[in-house]
Amino acid sequence: MACRTTNAMPLIAAILLAVVLCILSIFTGVADINIAALFNDPQALWLLAVSRLPRTLAVVLTGGSLAICGLIMQMLARNKFVEPTTAGTGQGAALGIIVITIMAPQASLTIKMLAAIAAALCSTAIFLALIRKLPTDQPFLVPLVGLVFGGFVGAIATFIAYQLDLLQYQDVWMNGEFSGVMLGRYEMLWFAAALSLAAYFVADQFTIIGLGKDMALNLGLGYRQIMLLGMTIICVVTALSVVTVGMIPFVGLVVPNIASRMMGDNLRASLPWVAGLGAMMVLASDLIARLVRYPYEVPVSVVFGIFGSAFFLWLLFSRPAHAR
Amino acid sequence: MIEIDRIGFAIGKSEILNEVSAQLPRGKMTAIIGPNGAGKSTLLSLIARLISPASGTIRVDGHNVQQTASDTLARILAVLRQENVIASRLRVRELVGFGRFPHTRGQPDAQDGEKIQWALDLMALSPFADRFLDQLSGGQRQRALIAMILCQDTDYILLDEPLNNLDLFHSRKLMQVLQDMAHRLGKTPVLVIHDINYAAKYADNILAMKQGGIFANGPTQAIFEDDLLSALFDTPIRIHQIEGQPFAMHH
Repeated sequence: MACRTTNAMPLIAAILLAVVLCILSIFTGVADINIAALFNDPQALWLLAVSRLPRTLAVVLTGGSLAICGLIMQMLARNKFVEPTTAGTGQGAALGIIVITIMAPQASLTIKMLAAIAAALCSTAIFLALIRKLPTDQPFLVPLVGLVFGGFVGAIATFIAYQLDLLQYQDVWMNGEFSGVMLGRYEMLWFAAALSLAAYFVADQFTIIGLGKDMALNLGLGYRQIMLLGMTIICVVTALSVVTVGMIPFVGLVVPNIASRMMGDNLRASLPWVAGLGAMMVLASDLIARLVRYPYEVPVSVVFGIFGSAFFLWLLFSRPAHAR
Repeated sequence: MIEIDRIGFAIGKSEILNEVSAQLPRGKMTAIIGPNGAGKSTLLSLIARLISPASGTIRVDGHNVQQTASDTLARILAVLRQENVIASRLRVRELVGFGRFPHTRGQPDAQDGEKIQWALDLMALSPFADRFLDQLSGGQRQRALIAMILCQDTDYILLDEPLNNLDLFHSRKLMQVLQDMAHRLGKTPVLVIHDINYAAKYADNILAMKQGGIFANGPTQAIFEDDLLSALFDTPIRIHQIEGQPFAMHH
């Protein structure tokens, strides 16, 4: 059946794979760095510290936290087919940045970030309110409403950007990529990762929320507080990653679904795997994005989008109605 | 004891419950019976604070359910509603284990393991304990949900049509388990039930509802009367005593 958490083999294999991917990521790039150079070439060491290591860390932190966000959102929405970047959270964050950029062009990055978080929260709250009215026996309505709603919010952002000749500016946030990551320009991702790791302490609560409102009330859960906490984690992490590296769609969708297939939806058991798998899949995508037309790069969102959407379609069509 | 005091509830303009008052005794199994749309499930949800009344109060064991903290109530009463769509892929043992959440809030102790195994055994789920819910049949899933509610180990157990999807064997088993909990452990099961003969056999007390009000409330023997039940369901019903038990013939 599914893999058991008590078995150490998958864990060891996963850690080995992660180490290999990280090493590959650190030593991939236009400037040639090899291990020997690190010991006698100060310039290589500097490059490593300023560019390569931050990039690898940024990819790992983003991948892990976006995957956790996707999982939390799926619990809040009680639907396997939603995630922040397809259901309006990411688009809301982008809209927030554009609006604040127009209203206060001189605003600091912190203010922009807060605007992105606030707009993402509004957008997510509207989405969750919308899907509450949908019948629970038709799960595919939820992602459809999410796509329409996300498209709608994204279109408003694009329209404003188009009118004010800010399309290129907007593009930076809508298409995520890691080539701009350097020391001093990615550290906010640590905060995003810490926040999503905090979800582990309320993992049971999120699993219970996924059982539905009545069940949550029956078990004495503060339904509203946990909903709010979940939304806050999703929105802050999404907004931080949109501002820092841009939107990377499908991570929050694909990764939790793979984990769910392998080990189920008990978050206390699956959260670490979701985080690790998210980090590794985005790291692999980033490597492909860097190598596919070396020495140039394609955006990681394109690479992950191709694999992610293919996987999503497979998931939609291969899912048995009810396995007995 | 469950004290229901002048409860009113409406959805939009249609009144579901009108000035409902009743008392359900502690340590006895109560069956709520009545025709469709009588307000049975609504009353159960109100007792379990899943919805809020427009007027009136409900007390369970002296606790006003509208004012008592939800996590306190979760250790006093457990509720299972009629329709439960669970999209999460959980193993049976994990689902049942969440019944312990109100007691240990995610820090399971050794006693929890015993309680979980006890609930699994009661509902004959041990062979499926490590299966995912979506790998079970409708009846097995219903038993898993009931096992979770029993694992919550509360004095008051509210079940809305628990016999849904259950076969004869498991229906009878569940009713025996609940009756035993009432008589031996002093628990108070309250069931909305459609098969009135299950109510006749196992319930100590019957709450009959019709058109958003209480039609009758009392010991089972007193309620199982030809005229009373016929009027309740607008259907001719004859009560026969078979082996000392009332049995309702309605077709």
